[in-house]
Amino acid sequence: MITAGDRLRQHFGGLLDRRLFRVRRSEPLPARLGHRRIFVLPTATGVAFGLTLMTMLLASMNYVLSLGYGLTFLLIGVGLVSLHQTFRNLVHLELLSAHLESTHCGQPATLRLRFRNPSDYPRLGLHLRRSGGGETRLSLDPHTDTNVVVAVPTNRRGRLEAGRLVLETRYPLGLVRGWSILTPEAACLVYPAPETPAREYPGAFAAGQSEQSGKLGEDDFSGLREYRPGDTLRRVAWKLSARCEDQFYTKQFDGGNAARLEFDWFRLPAELDTEARLSRLTRWVLQAEAAGVGYALRLPDGRIDADRGQTHQLQCLRALALYGIGDERS
Amino acid sequence: MSAAEADTTLKAWHGHWLTACIAVTLIPHVEYLPAWVSGGCALLLVWRVIADLGLTPMPGRLVLLVVAAGVVVGTGIEYRHLLGKDPGLALLAGFACLKLLEARSLRDGRAAVLLGFFLQMGQFLNGQEILVAAMTLCGALLAVGALLAMENEAPWQTVISRAGRLLFMAVPFMLALFVLFPRIPGPLWGLPADAFSGMTGLSETMSPGSISRLVRSGKIAFRAEFDGDIPPPRDRYWRGPVLSLFDGQRWEPGFTTLSASPPYEFAGKPYHYRLTIEAHNQHWLLAMDFPVSDDARTRYASDQRLVSVTPLRSRQRYELTAYPAAHAGRNESAYVIRRNLRLPEGSNPRTTALGRQVAERFAAPGRRIDALLETFRELRLEYTLAPPALGLHSADEFLFDSGEGFCEHFSSAFAIAARAAGVPARVVTGYQGGEINPHDGSLVVRQSDAHAWVEVWLPESGWRRVDPTATSNPTRIDTGIVGALPDVASLPLFMQPNMAWLRSLQLRWDAVANGWNQWVLGYNDERQRSLLRGFGFDGGDYRHLAAAMVTLMGLMMLGYLGWALRRRRRGDALDRQWQRFCGRLSRAGTRRADWQGPLDFAEQAAGRHPQLADDIRWIGGRYAELRYGRKRPTRQDLADLENRIKLLDIR
Repeated sequence: MITAGDRLRQHFGGLLDRRLFRVRRSEPLPARLGHRRIFVLPTATGVAFGLTLMTMLLASMNYVLSLGYGLTFLLIGVGLVSLHQTFRNLVHLELLSAHLESTHCGQPATLRLRFRNPSDYPRLGLHLRRSGGGETRLSLDPHTDTNVVVAVPTNRRGRLEAGRLVLETRYPLGLVRGWSILTPEAACLVYPAPETPAREYPGAFAAGQSEQSGKLGEDDFSGLREYRPGDTLRRVAWKLSARCEDQFYTKQFDGGNAARLEFDWFRLPAELDTEARLSRLTRWVLQAEAAGVGYALRLPDGRIDADRGQTHQLQCLRALALYGIGDERS
Repeated sequence: MSAAEADTTLKAWHGHWLTACIAVTLIPHVEYLPAWVSGGCALLLVWRVIADLGLTPMPGRLVLLVVAAGVVVGTGIEYRHLLGKDPGLALLAGFACLKLLEARSLRDGRAAVLLGFFLQMGQFLNGQEILVAAMTLCGALLAVGALLAMENEAPWQTVISRAGRLLFMAVPFMLALFVLFPRIPGPLWGLPADAFSGMTGLSETMSPGSISRLVRSGKIAFRAEFDGDIPPPRDRYWRGPVLSLFDGQRWEPGFTTLSASPPYEFAGKPYHYRLTIEAHNQHWLLAMDFPVSDDARTRYASDQRLVSVTPLRSRQRYELTAYPAAHAGRNESAYVIRRNLRLPEGSNPRTTALGRQVAERFAAPGRRIDALLETFRELRLEYTLAPPALGLHSADEFLFDSGEGFCEHFSSAFAIAARAAGVPARVVTGYQGGEINPHDGSLVVRQSDAHAWVEVWLPESGWRRVDPTATSNPTRIDTGIVGALPDVASLPLFMQPNMAWLRSLQLRWDAVANGWNQWVLGYNDERQRSLLRGFGFDGGDYRHLAAAMVTLMGLMMLGYLGWALRRRRRGDALDRQWQRFCGRLSRAGTRRADWQGPLDFAEQAAGRHPQLADDIRWIGGRYAELRYGRKRPTRQDLADLENRIKLLDIR
């Protein structure tokens, strides 16, 4: 439930993001962290350090301790230098690329980032956090590009964006927190979670001639046909293809070409809700693809004709992921 | 949430850093802490190390609570109160160690470091010598190292060098703040009674043994830098408390009044000097007889002392003039004269009898004093640092029984005898002599130069100094205590004559320490003002100081920021030549794509600029050869390439 407070926070958070932190909806890569994008504030330890110094200064005044002044001032210097070093730890860093890999809901999506440290000093103790989940610690060597992987937790199907990444550091002394906000353009699809435990697709869903659609074998070699784009490479008859010039052949297995499964939304038990239906259909798509059986998918908003292969599977999964949501950016 | 989430527990590695930091911080405290506190702290630190090594478990909360209560109760018993410098430091030391033993998270660790900073501050209450400063610097280095280690794991050498770098970069800020931060004189609020305990120096009273105890200390009492001549040793009497009340055992100061003008008539040659006096938490200044001062912080006491308006709680500097030959107290009040004749009834009967005898034989007070000095000489008294213990009538026993005494015995006995002879007399304590440091020409007066002498009042000339110690040992006055004492073994090591090299080393160190005292420890509001006046500012205005400070700090911060923002040009000299070449072609309209190699690009550019084709091909080929070839480019190669690029006439 969204309360008025939440809405207010959202509103002002957004305002703060746009005006102060100069966050854009998404930015083209490579992105460089200029000094205007880096923010520094003392941490709780930093505030405690400041209070300690204040007390020490008062004691130096009261007891007229020259060395007390000296130590206090040295530590004030250390605080200022640590501020500078925190800033220096972030400035000029570059985010070269960002890539999100699709996954099923409930499993972490992999966010792959490539950072460049163009300077001749290492960037240590960096912490990357994605709002909405996912974080990692990293250090970047001088003059080096580093790949960083962030596991992004997923809890609903649909389109997933890299979103707002906060790169922060408390290096060197933990007195100051410096951070910068990155919004790389990267997105992926989160497919519905496949239903567990897996349920065999009932024979009723089979269309065509096959009678034994329930136990499609992988071993019963039934013949060859010409390779068509989209056929899985595992089924290519490599030896034969090598002998025949400019022609590839795909092995056909018993039932493989014969069976045509039809996964139909409307023939699922009525008690299932939308997400449960999508889950079950996703599981079947995965199973059928693994078994090498052709399948068609029918959803209320359209039908994908029977076929097999990676492209077909991705097409089906995409339809399942975006069902009822559309391709609009969430 | 995930494995990458920040781990906030304190590891063994962090524990070692924290232990090292607290241990080094505590070292200078050991000298001043009660033995049980030092021992307890050491035990707690060792416990932490053993626990970090995994040999024992960390103590439970209950154990720690019991130990904490023990520290508080123990401190209460030791000092009988808990508020004040010494119990405060003992508690702080104990709690820092307990905090360390209790630390489980990084947050606890950071809190322990902050406590460590307090402890480092605390050690300045006990002393601010160079060695203490060096020790504190080590402690601060380890503390910064501990903070670094808690943020990023690295080998200890790396951590130390990073911490050193941080401290080094902080030095400019420290210097700016040290010089420009507006200094406020004096305490802001009341200080605990023991705030300045542990300062050595003369006490306000004198009883047998009080000065000989002081003489064993090699601590510096004050320094004097003379403009021009340094007075001869016999004039170097530095006046401390003047004692005119005698109760049979102890000499105590009499009643005096303060005035703003000197109570004596000037005569003879003046000596101008700067006195740098160590803090002793008393009002008196140890000025050479007879002092004149323009300083607003000083007043003249009616017994010819120069006193400070406030107790000397920190090292101070005064510009003074001395008139050793001035006449003091020619028209002394009858009250003072009466007070200086008074003797307690029945005390020291034999000495009193001696005085009366002299009074019967001579009428003139001057003659009486001479006769008394003669008598002292005839008694063949022995000057020794280790006199036997004396009983009720100390002067009698010293003069007629043991015959051995130190300056306080001589002066006390002489003053009693003079009073008995009807001559007003009083004891003056202070310092006599001093040593000239050959390295900086200043006169150094140590606690070991503490001395006591007598002043007698003669109607025609006022107060006159008589040093009865000279009757036994005239060399005390001219060569100092080392020449005067026959038994050198009883002297502290640094004063023994056959330890000349040690002495020279000490003098050298003293010269360094003097500079430290003058420029670091002695930098106060007054110094600050005069320094700023030297730069043409009105140093008295705190606003100017604050403005200068903020400006300077801001400039330095900007400098550091600029340093961080400066993008170092990547690549070597060869790269820079190539960049230049590509830049020139780019301005002429031929941009090199990222995927283009040098030969490829040169070919393309040659096509676009046919009249320069040969040059462009040569440069591209040459660069590829130097960049990717087996041979390292020589300086000549680079110069040739640079020339060729420079001469390229692209339009």
